[in-house]
Amino acid sequence: MGLELYLDLLSQPCRAVYIFAKRNGIPFELRPVELRKGQHLSDAFAQVNPLKKVPALRDGDFTLTYSVAILLYLNRKYKVPDHWYPQDLQACARVDEYLACSHDSQRRVCLFLIYKKVMFPVFLGEPVSPEMLAATLAELDATLQLLEDKFLQNKAFLTGPHISLADLIAITELMHPVGAGCQVFEGRPKLAAWRQRVEAAVGKDLFQEAHEVILKAKDSPPADPIIKQKLMPRVLAMIQ
Amino acid sequence: MGLELYLDLLSQPCRAVYIFAKKNGIPFELRPVDIFRGQLVSKDFSQINNLCKVPALKDGDFILSESTAILIYLSSKYPTADHWYPSNLQARARIHEYLGWHADCVRGTFGVPLWTQVLAPLIGVHLPEEKVQRNRAAMDRALQELEDKFLRDQAFLTGQHVTLADLMALEELIQPVAVGFDLFEGRPKLTAWRERLEAFLGMDLCQETHGLILNILEQAANKKIPDPAPEVYPYMLLRISRIP
Repeated sequence: MGLELYLDLLSQPCRAVYIFAKRNGIPFELRPVELRKGQHLSDAFAQVNPLKKVPALRDGDFTLTYSVAILLYLNRKYKVPDHWYPQDLQACARVDEYLACSHDSQRRVCLFLIYKKVMFPVFLGEPVSPEMLAATLAELDATLQLLEDKFLQNKAFLTGPHISLADLIAITELMHPVGAGCQVFEGRPKLAAWRQRVEAAVGKDLFQEAHEVILKAKDSPPADPIIKQKLMPRVLAMIQ
Repeated sequence: MGLELYLDLLSQPCRAVYIFAKKNGIPFELRPVDIFRGQLVSKDFSQINNLCKVPALKDGDFILSESTAILIYLSSKYPTADHWYPSNLQARARIHEYLGWHADCVRGTFGVPLWTQVLAPLIGVHLPEEKVQRNRAAMDRALQELEDKFLRDQAFLTGQHVTLADLMALEELIQPVAVGFDLFEGRPKLTAWRERLEAFLGMDLCQETHGLILNILEQAANKKIPDPAPEVYPYMLLRISRIP
């Protein structure tokens, strides 16, 4: 059995892994895990990942979770072009720095937004107060400003002249609020231009394919009560 | 000017960087940064690190923030033993896997007791008991996962040798201990791991690194902690508001 990737493209880190593997022609079996059906909570999936999260990778006997770990593993094992995670010490450090930093701020606010704007009201049938939503939207704004001012600045990509894992993580994160119907790139020409470059570097078709699910998230039918009951504790823990 | 490390030893990620650099005999100038005196948001520091964060590294013209990035940079640039960040593909992947979980479940969680007991009160903020209990529960869950999913029956978190993962974990777990929440009590497996790790690092180095944080309650009692500078209030209030 070759490489298996357990993914739900609803999830941002899954999209990053999917795009990376496809873009680099890495052969793998896609094992879909539907989060909205609670499939990540099954006993079968726990054999692959006892932490019950996607993305997960299985390569023979070796299983691995967390998108950065998976991306770096694939990066090294399959000898992809250097620009994704450069050998150069300082260039590599810039990517590491972005990956660590984004987790605290951007990843969090993007996740919160998709939950507060879409998953809670539409899928889980739980209302979200306008104040709470407004606070999260304000945070998104601040995060986008930080992305432009501190990372992108006047460069073509976040950590230099070429696309890297940093851009992949960032763009897949920002597509969460886009999927939630938020204005992310409108009114931000610098960021919009960066998005175009990232899409071109990844390939428009692949980018669209990877984002089909999140862009339709608003149309999720409501969860049935049993699923909702299963999902709620973990969802609440995740977006505290 | 050689390597400079901008650190505040009250901060968990700063201690991880400090202990790593010292243990590996990496020559550096320590640039102490006192977060609560507002040094983080000062003009001088923001020239060093426009993200206004510690730890920060300055190596000639090259400036880097984020403890994980700094630790990886140091382990790649300086002659450090392979076990810290192994070149073996799977062993290295395990460290990144741990760091992913650490960012989700440890970072932000284990720092809360210091905030509730010492730092928030400095600016007159008292957290409701409900939040304190929620944090306790989150720490308990994390510790259980740490033992069951990572440590298991291994000597260290990602295998039989000490890695960057162990340092990051240790420094986070020390934080609540410093304010009297002994999370090692009743957890013999975790206690044994801590003892192995501290023995490996050396008690002198551990005492040097942990001295400041482990003294924090005494400092607070003797009113030796300076009032935070006004410029720091927004950062403190934001941090407090993030406590679930």
